[in-house]
Amino acid sequence: MTGSAMSDSALAKQGAGRGLAYQSRWLERGAEAIVKLVSLASVASVVLILIFVGKEALPILTSPEVHKELNPAQLFLPYPGAGAMWQPVSDVPKYNIIPLFVGTLKVTVVALVVAVPLSVASAIYVCEFAPRSLREYIKPVIELLAGIPSVVIGFFALIVLATWVQRIFGAEHRLNALVAGFGLAFAICPVIFSVSEDALRAVPSSYRTAAVALGSTPSQTLLRVILPAALPGIAASVVLGFGRAIGETMIVVLASGNAALLDASLGHSTRTVTATIAQELGEVVVGSTHYHVLFALGALLFLSTLVVNIAGERIVFGMRRRLGGGP
Amino acid sequence: MSRVIAVALAACMAACTRTESQPAMGDTGTALDKNSVTLKGSDTMVILGQRWAEDYMKKNRGVTIQVTGGGSGTGIAALINGTTDICESSRPMKDKEKEEVQAKRGAPAVETKVALDALAVYVNGKSSLTEISIPALRKVYLGETTNWKDVGGPNHAIVLYGRENNSGTYGYFKEHVLENKDFAPATQTLAGTSAVVNAVKGDVFGIGYGGIAYLEGIRALKVKKDDTSPAVTPTLDTAQSGEYPISRFLYFYTAGAPVGTAKKFIDWTVGAEGQKVIGDVGYYPLPKAGP
Repeated sequence: MTGSAMSDSALAKQGAGRGLAYQSRWLERGAEAIVKLVSLASVASVVLILIFVGKEALPILTSPEVHKELNPAQLFLPYPGAGAMWQPVSDVPKYNIIPLFVGTLKVTVVALVVAVPLSVASAIYVCEFAPRSLREYIKPVIELLAGIPSVVIGFFALIVLATWVQRIFGAEHRLNALVAGFGLAFAICPVIFSVSEDALRAVPSSYRTAAVALGSTPSQTLLRVILPAALPGIAASVVLGFGRAIGETMIVVLASGNAALLDASLGHSTRTVTATIAQELGEVVVGSTHYHVLFALGALLFLSTLVVNIAGERIVFGMRRRLGGGP
Repeated sequence: MSRVIAVALAACMAACTRTESQPAMGDTGTALDKNSVTLKGSDTMVILGQRWAEDYMKKNRGVTIQVTGGGSGTGIAALINGTTDICESSRPMKDKEKEEVQAKRGAPAVETKVALDALAVYVNGKSSLTEISIPALRKVYLGETTNWKDVGGPNHAIVLYGRENNSGTYGYFKEHVLENKDFAPATQTLAGTSAVVNAVKGDVFGIGYGGIAYLEGIRALKVKKDDTSPAVTPTLDTAQSGEYPISRFLYFYTAGAPVGTAKKFIDWTVGAEGQKVIGDVGYYPLPKAGP
């Protein structure tokens, strides 16, 4: 009786085991399919957004109705008697997009010049020099900066930063490329910091040990061994920061003053591509020339970040190969 | 995998077609829901619209009136696309826009004047300037005059603040002050009159323009029609009499004559009760003789 009971339960166990294996195989396949679908969905949404933006921008090149008002070359050429102007609401609408791209470039460069040295230096400090107790505070605090909504940063730049910049640099316009660039720097610092920090951390500790064993001082170790090895990662962080800065909208809408001036002065108000789209897309009559030009701006912005990302990827890849498959 | 993409693409196509047929859907949506009215448009009028909506809803239980801003251009675009019942606009509709309403909605745009607004020229509270003439103001905003000393102020560059180009205030100023010429490219375009007020408040050398209801921490200049005429302070009397040179009507637009709740609401706003609210918000009621 007992024997048969035992054999029964053993059988049951065996059966359950087989069932479990059977079940888990299906579960695994199911999970795999879901994950695959999710990742495909994100790829598909990128493609769909591209198609949508492209479809709305295309009439600039193809539609004869748009051509009555705007010749595609006029997007880049100065208007006779008016220069390079963005004045889409006018008796003679002027759609020169050069001031907008120059404006975008100005604020992005300011942001990078401020943010890259700061973030890379703090990444080096946190990774190489900071005592462990301090490191555990610095890192999360910097990464917390990424959680501040950009509209809050923009508002801070508008009210506080603008006044400081005005006092220090005495710029002609209170809201200018410098203020917007500083505001953007806040937004991209955490991105550059965390990616750089990861890159530095990924340098094998055997490199450090070897350098120290050869008698290098900490600064020699850093400059000659660690930094070169982490360079691809740091370069990638800069590219990511650039991408974030060029696409940022809310900060520049609030802090740049939005005057479409074509000049190199950082003390002048400036207008970016993203701010233009944000300010004007709400108003346009769907299907008008202005509407299609705004989509063309979006498409061009997308293309330029794509080019930068691809170029960045290639540079990073080249560096990695040169370093002999580093981190 | 390719099938997944094909399905996704098909979904996209469906989505695209739906966007195009949106106006028609908007129409049926509003027709079905008779107790709710949407107002959209001018940022200048958004406070006024909200006060009207609140008071009206208090007196008429069960009616919902939804007010959003975005600028007169946004409101007109919404009327054309059929996504709002009433469009609030601080400028008269252009002929081209009226044609588009007729074409897309199948009914003419119907205009109702609902209030009067004086466009104030703002300067910082610390500015020494007290008055300006329209021709001088035009030169300032066209970028021909760039220094305060040329209009009677200190020797310092003028910093121009204005509105983004979808605002009725932008359109009105461009038409009535700039004679439809383009703003100087150095004009900083800010989102909303309150942003302009804030900017001028923080900038001793700034100049801005906007509705009279927003005067806080800044000063409105007296305005002269031309160099020889007297300087006029924007007030109820000077605006209603037309003595103040830059005053304008504020409008409601509907596609076709308003019906049902929308009609009742519009009639109420131009009636005694509605006109009384206007003064509280800082604009001026319509002149008694009727527009």
